[in-house]
Amino acid sequence: MASDKPCIRVVMTVPERKEWEFRGRHSVEKILRRLELNPESVIVIHGDTLLTPDEMVENGMEIEVRSAISGGAA
Amino acid sequence: MKCTKCGGRAVIDLKRHNSGFCKEHFLEYFDGQVRKAIDDFAMFEPEDRILVAVSGGKDSLVLWDALLRFGYQADGLYIDLGIPDYAPASTAKVDAFLEHRPEAVLRRVSLSDDHGYAIPEAARRLRRAACSPCGLSKRYIFNREALQGGYDVVCTGHNLDDEAAVLFGNMIRWQVGYLGRQYPVLEERDGGLIRKVKPLIRVTEKETAAYAVLTGIDYMVEECPMAAGARSLLYKDLLNQLEARSPGSKQQFLWGFFEHGQPAFEEQEGAELTPCSECGQPTSRPGRCAFCRMTESLTAPA
Repeated sequence: MASDKPCIRVVMTVPERKEWEFRGRHSVEKILRRLELNPESVIVIHGDTLLTPDEMVENGMEIEVRSAISGGAA
Repeated sequence: MKCTKCGGRAVIDLKRHNSGFCKEHFLEYFDGQVRKAIDDFAMFEPEDRILVAVSGGKDSLVLWDALLRFGYQADGLYIDLGIPDYAPASTAKVDAFLEHRPEAVLRRVSLSDDHGYAIPEAARRLRRAACSPCGLSKRYIFNREALQGGYDVVCTGHNLDDEAAVLFGNMIRWQVGYLGRQYPVLEERDGGLIRKVKPLIRVTEKETAAYAVLTGIDYMVEECPMAAGARSLLYKDLLNQLEARSPGSKQQFLWGFFEHGQPAFEEQEGAELTPCSECGQPTSRPGRCAFCRMTESLTAPA
């Protein structure tokens, strides 16, 4: 649920749009662990760059977690 | 994390190489991996005409972008598969790519307009998973368009994860015929089968996604709706769980197979190819090819 308090906003658009809010200062690795996402299967986007798992994010930041996996037969 | 090469801020962590890279050095690394695959497997020569199979997804657009930057004569081939919502969105991504590369040439084929069927109805009428008629249609059209256009080679965007997942699936079911043919280069064969190569074989799906984002290539993020539940997604998930706990496992599994396993399964002589009695394309079975037989059943009155 969105609120007006400062937070870290985490967005995923695929397979469906989801949003989460975290408060404080956390590593990307910790956020992915909380969301039960494998760092090998996703990229984490902030603006026009990428964040590595050890990078810290804090209130006021928005990041996109994007699946890097696509499937189907070749 | 710091870049292994320059000490700047890293944008990607490549555990399998025990490295992290800043944007500049990741792009340099990525290009180097693609060039190495092309060279190591002697995929094509600078003077060859290349046809790149593009879908609007990250792998094929990144591959096309890289080959154009390297200076190859690389044209694209896009097949509209007739999947509602997904096909128009994919087309838009390919068109957006072209806007920034006026030198790029794209060939287009529409299954509905040119062959009278679309993948969803093909899957329904054949009572098969959509990937089956989709794969058959793509393989047939890639080969036909390459021959008609006078290309030397077809390039596809299959990456390390794609091929590791295919290998895993083929080994679970011990599909020895498929294992014998799984290699980054499928040589051309007499009878009209064109050479097919996979220059992204040394990079992971995560790396192509990262490359696309960092270079501003806008790609189709949404998954093909017909691929939901595909076994390949399960295999990729399992392999990535392994990779997270044991970095480097995927590439050891795949590259080790190319070096030690594939030769043991390789057929010395494949089945002889003859021209399809209807379309003239090569087929390993006398008479009409699988594509012509499928098309007839799909376009016959229900």
